[in-house]
Amino acid sequence: MRVPGVTRQRGEGSLAGPCRSARSNLAARKPLPPRPPAWLNGRMGSAEPGDRAGTVVSGRGLVVRRGGHRVLDDLAFDLAAGKVTGLLGPSGCGKTTLMRVLVGVQTVTAGQVTVLGLPAGHPRLRARVGYATQAPAVYQDLTLDENLRYFGTVLGLRGRRLAEAIAATVARLDLGGLDRRLVGTFSGGQLARVGLAVALLGSPDLLVLDEPTVGLDPVLRRDLWALFHGLAADGTSLLVSSHVMDEAARCDNLLFMREGRFLAEAPPAEILRRTGAPDLESAFLALAVPAGQAVRQ
Amino acid sequence: MNGETPATQGFSPVLAGATARRVLTQLRHDPRTIAMLVAVPTVMMILLRYVVSDSLLLNRIAPEYIGVFPFVSMFIVAAITTQRERSSGTLERLMAMPLGKLELLAGYGIAFGLMACVQVTLALVISLTWLGVTVAGSAVPLAVVAVLDAILGMACGLFASAFARTEFQAVQFMPAFVLPQALLCGLVVSRDHMTAVLRWLSDILPLSYAVDAMQRITTAASWTSAASADVAIIVSFTVAALVGGALTLRRRTP
Repeated sequence: MRVPGVTRQRGEGSLAGPCRSARSNLAARKPLPPRPPAWLNGRMGSAEPGDRAGTVVSGRGLVVRRGGHRVLDDLAFDLAAGKVTGLLGPSGCGKTTLMRVLVGVQTVTAGQVTVLGLPAGHPRLRARVGYATQAPAVYQDLTLDENLRYFGTVLGLRGRRLAEAIAATVARLDLGGLDRRLVGTFSGGQLARVGLAVALLGSPDLLVLDEPTVGLDPVLRRDLWALFHGLAADGTSLLVSSHVMDEAARCDNLLFMREGRFLAEAPPAEILRRTGAPDLESAFLALAVPAGQAVRQ
Repeated sequence: MNGETPATQGFSPVLAGATARRVLTQLRHDPRTIAMLVAVPTVMMILLRYVVSDSLLLNRIAPEYIGVFPFVSMFIVAAITTQRERSSGTLERLMAMPLGKLELLAGYGIAFGLMACVQVTLALVISLTWLGVTVAGSAVPLAVVAVLDAILGMACGLFASAFARTEFQAVQFMPAFVLPQALLCGLVVSRDHMTAVLRWLSDILPLSYAVDAMQRITTAASWTSAASADVAIIVSFTVAALVGGALTLRRRTP
């Protein structure tokens, strides 16, 4: 069942300043001529490197087994430097597990993952990779400033550098004026931004953000995506997960994931072109459900 | 981009100190917990004084209780704090950051150790003045051993929390872990009067030595080698529990 292109307005006019690369994807949403279904071959080809800076993360043969079940099933992938890569797929498909592998807190069954030229989880990476979990993962019984001060110290920032990093992060996430309030009293949107603030604090080279925008209001979501693209423009590489398909179009590259495998690894325009789908949600469905089983209802 | 590359090998006192400060700040934002932590052992001592009206008996058992009450309260606070650190995701976040496991545990140790000092000092001062408890020697070794007992309780709480999946379980560990020890440590019935099996059980439980040490210090005018042996055992149990805690604290989890 194909839903004709719903006219959602993605990423239009950003309040939060530069959002250059976000817009470049939007043009790709126009309907494309149908092609032979590339998805019959299973996984699509790798994304064109297309970026001089090369790859910042690469994985080969990655397997994570949990309770006899392959949560990640022989994954191979490359993340382009200085880009926003979206990791999209339904809840429970292994997105969080993959992100945990990249930041080095997941037990890996097999395979190799290289992050910024070092094996994933290498001690030297811990200050260079920023990680925000789905839950905010901050101390609710501390104020914003006390949280940032502690995590900043752990990241190796001291004295004036710490104060500057905190001020810059607070401004970037629009948390000004909240620094003396207990984080436990924050609204959902504020809490989500505190979680992100901790991830941004150490100016990491790679940001791994697990569903950072899920459940937030549209204005805040748009601002956050603008922030992500601003960071990418400054040279940070981002991996952002979501189970909400209308976020897919905001990414430079996409990893479509289902049941521990990748369905596609390509820029949004490429995925639309190959599937001939009117939008990315339909493209995901086309990739996820083989043609014979597609018709229900 | 990140100019500073913090040392990831070795032990950083700065990070342990920052963690201790963070834990104490968390407590500071929760004045009721601090009040209970500091006051409950003292209130229990006051209660004990009036339950046991015989001053001879009181002199004998009061120091033992000063060894036990802080142990119990530190056990609970440490178990719950660690369990909360796990369930809130902050532990996972810290494990993805350049923080050593020993720095984290040492931070907890310093913070709760300081709380234990306040707790024990108040209970001792009230007991030795207002409640009229008298001890044979100086009160200083008594205070030191009571603080060591409290730190032992904290270490056991940290270790036990590794086996708690929920806060409910962590709370249940208190009766499950502490009450049998309280029965077997010589507080209720002297260890010399226990049957062989109970005595054997009592011998392998840390709280027995905590109570033993307090007993010996109160009854002897000077420090004895038996007291030193007890203290050595208390410290060994503390170190073992902390090492166990560090081993159960996994950077990578399934």
